[in-house]
Amino acid sequence: MVNFTLNAQAVEIDVAEDTPLLWVLRDKLGLTGTKFGCGIAQCGACTVHVDGQARRSCVTPVSSLEGSDVTTIEGLAASAGLDEGALHPVQSAWIEAQAPQCGYCQSGQIMQAAALLSESPEPTDEEINAGMAGNLCRCMAYVRIRKAIKIAAASQSEGTK
Amino acid sequence: MRSTGMILAALVFAAPLAAQDLRGPDAFNSIEEKTERSKALFNEMAKVITHPRCMNCHPVGNLPTQGDDMRPHNPPVVRWDESGFGPPGLHCTSCHGAENVEFVGNEGSIPGHEPWHLPPVSMGWVGLTVGEICAQLKDPERNGDRTLADIQEHNATDGLVGWAWHPGKGRTPAPGSQEVFGALTKSWIETGAACPE
Repeated sequence: MVNFTLNAQAVEIDVAEDTPLLWVLRDKLGLTGTKFGCGIAQCGACTVHVDGQARRSCVTPVSSLEGSDVTTIEGLAASAGLDEGALHPVQSAWIEAQAPQCGYCQSGQIMQAAALLSESPEPTDEEINAGMAGNLCRCMAYVRIRKAIKIAAASQSEGTK
Repeated sequence: MRSTGMILAALVFAAPLAAQDLRGPDAFNSIEEKTERSKALFNEMAKVITHPRCMNCHPVGNLPTQGDDMRPHNPPVVRWDESGFGPPGLHCTSCHGAENVEFVGNEGSIPGHEPWHLPPVSMGWVGLTVGEICAQLKDPERNGDRTLADIQEHNATDGLVGWAWHPGKGRTPAPGSQEVFGALTKSWIETGAACPE
């Protein structure tokens, strides 16, 4: 039995200890916003936040999460203190930049971008390149993703002024 | 009886080469000249130091390698700064947990240890000769301001160093054991910590 906080709610999970968090999210809890891409931490599609840091849920055994604070794409806006139904600034920026094409990798991209911006609110191109290097997009939407990150950074910067 | 002996012999010879091919300090006692013995001890230590388990995370640039073939790390992560934990938002812990984790539904595993990170660039070893690595290890300006005693303790007891002998499925362990590596380091220091040319 593993206990942790998921999107601000306490959860108790009874699965095999080595079950990846991604399996628990999608198959046990029905939170399908987090995507399966490769299963070996090579693509970033399954990115969530654990204690505020980006984490690949496909290689995170659920047993390692005892007492942790987990946020998925479904809880990203609320984790920033926004009301239910509101969008996180990164999500709004994604829409403004029309970043996705097929969209499959985008929840992972958004979670990774939010983690980047939480540490570097106004990231340089070098920081974006390095911080997003583990998130693949088979549609090659990288230019729009970069644009969206910059829009989100500007939006968050304005919001804090 | 004969077949039992053959089975035992087969088991001995089937043991991983890495577990057999790191000689302990006693193997060098026949070298009478102290400095030459010290150099020989370091050359033996170098079997560990130059193994992919160690070299993969001691690049001279900012990009680590991975696997027994030392291919570029994928995803293409960077050291970023001297702390070596990766760039903002993408720390090593984004993928590497506190323990090795076997993939579910795929072959292999992802290595893990707490902490998991690259050393400073001053401790880069890839492309250096054994003698150059030895000189780096002894230089406080380039070894994290460690004394020789600190290096001995580091090699003998550090958990991340020790991971090299327990690297998880799909990776060849470093030769021998951390215990032997620590003993070699101790003897190398006691004989003057001489560096091979």
